[in-house]
Amino acid sequence: MRNYLDFEKGIAELQGKAEELRAMARQNPNLKVEAEADQLESRAAEMLRDLYHGLSAWQKCQVARHPDRPHALDFIRALFTEYTPLAGDRNFAEDHAIVGGLARFRDRPVVVMGNEKGHDTQTRLERNFGMARPEGYRKAIRLMQMADRFQLPVITLIDTPGAYPGKGAEERGQAEAIARSTEACLALRAPIVSVVIGEGGSGGAVALATANRIAMLEHAVYSVISPEGCASILWKNAEKMKEAAQALRLTAQDLKALGVVDRVIEEPLGGAQRDRSLAIARTGDAIAAMLSELDGQSASDLKAGRRRKFLQMGTKALA
Amino acid sequence: MNWITDYVPPKIKSFFQRREMPENLWHKCDSCGQMLFHRDLAEALNVCTSCGHHMAITPRERFHALFDHGAFSEVQVPEALADPLHFRDEKRYTDRMKDARRKTGENEAMLVAKGTIYGLQTVCAGQDFSFMGGSMGMHVGNALLAAADAAVEARAPLVVFAAAGGARMQEGILSLMQMPRSTIAVAQVKDAGLPFVVVLTNPTTGGVTASYAMLGDVHIAEPDALICFAGPRVIEQTIRETLPEGFQRSEYLLDHGMIDRVVKRGEMREELGRILRLLMGLPPAVHGELPPPPPESAKAAPVKAEKPTREDG
Repeated sequence: MRNYLDFEKGIAELQGKAEELRAMARQNPNLKVEAEADQLESRAAEMLRDLYHGLSAWQKCQVARHPDRPHALDFIRALFTEYTPLAGDRNFAEDHAIVGGLARFRDRPVVVMGNEKGHDTQTRLERNFGMARPEGYRKAIRLMQMADRFQLPVITLIDTPGAYPGKGAEERGQAEAIARSTEACLALRAPIVSVVIGEGGSGGAVALATANRIAMLEHAVYSVISPEGCASILWKNAEKMKEAAQALRLTAQDLKALGVVDRVIEEPLGGAQRDRSLAIARTGDAIAAMLSELDGQSASDLKAGRRRKFLQMGTKALA
Repeated sequence: MNWITDYVPPKIKSFFQRREMPENLWHKCDSCGQMLFHRDLAEALNVCTSCGHHMAITPRERFHALFDHGAFSEVQVPEALADPLHFRDEKRYTDRMKDARRKTGENEAMLVAKGTIYGLQTVCAGQDFSFMGGSMGMHVGNALLAAADAAVEARAPLVVFAAAGGARMQEGILSLMQMPRSTIAVAQVKDAGLPFVVVLTNPTTGGVTASYAMLGDVHIAEPDALICFAGPRVIEQTIRETLPEGFQRSEYLLDHGMIDRVVKRGEMREELGRILRLLMGLPPAVHGELPPPPPESAKAAPVKAEKPTREDG
């Protein structure tokens, strides 16, 4: 069964009717409803195209959080071979909200990491809905330091509502872990490329996305705060999340214009959730292209280039 | 306030106020409610003389108390783009900025200064909580980068006084990008082999804590400061659990290994002077007035400390 978003209701109705007609036709071969069903479906496709060409910022947030969207492990399984997950921060625990390990990407040994949200109730709980605790970031630091030692490119897949706001996480230094993870990204003498595949939630995202190249899927979002959080602080009303999403300029297109992301990866019509393998394949090509742009750069070039990239941010304003 | 200000019509009220009590003569302690005379409070660096509660202090006031003889020069910060997102909530961001500038008399939420502490050239950056909650936008990133440049150029340590409600939401993703940018500033100081000391003050939260404020060689906090990534309200809403007494306060963080020391504001100058000199491999500071050094031999053998007396400023 497909999950529809509330603004896709019209499409769901048309597709549902078409489905019903076809079901009736199967039971009663004398009914000639094929043409009508086709017509309904093409109208639905048209609506989908129009809708997805003009998604509002808030609608994009909903698409980015869509439960059927491919998640980090889907990308890793499809794009990498010999994926060997590595676990634990060597201090306290293994955090299942951040996955990562050694793998091979198009014949090249790499370190891959990502925020994993889980795909059903059980795995979502196990993955803490993609909200990492300090241990997750400390594992990421460990993997980055290993990548640095062996000159392995690092690929990170970003998809998190944010770092986990919990008592234990705070006590064990959530802020420090995030700061150190960002520091580790900046210190890397190997290339690091990031793709925001869904939600880029604030500091919890930046900790893994301080990269030489950053890409975003077309309907992914990346923001300093969730629209709900922003609305409740600035509008004093969490219901104003649509306005907040709009004001925050958190879409891939706006971030490209601001010079924060380098490329936007086109999603299949109707979003990555409607054709997961196509979305994943295009992401693979984008990762390969970003890595090849960095080929041949020395360790110090990579480090200096990364610093320069972030130092230059903030010189472009939106029109 | 009292019954007069509550009940007497505005015109008469203003008449009373003008004659009797310019309202900034007395300040009420945020914690114990004690009325404090403004001069006493300023002398105590905004620490309640009754209960010891540390109230907010502007970077300018802090620097006056911190640097030798209250003398410092401001380090210029490259100006950031104004309102790159054309952000508007209930109010325009540009209007909020104007209000903040009018209210504080400052240009932005971080002030960078250079001066000496017990004779040691030091660069300090102070976040101004009274300016839009000290929030970290592009200016704060630029300020830290300018501070790092100044420190590296002068081969001086960098001290950052953190105070912020978090990121400047009105600058959207660009405020988030100050986490890596400020981390680059820290890295530049560390690469140069210079000390980076963080003083965490009330409150230090969100993206500020999760970047430069947690990357110091030494972390000092003022007493009872709220220091966290996610604030207590957010956590209570998420886990629906009451939080322990003193949670996320300086002393709690000290117990949990996140900071090195809790130091009262009045003792900060002496504390920083000592730590910075130890890190820089210098002899102890000399307290009290010294006779002016003979012009040529100024840099000769280290001067032995006299009997420690109270420093003069």
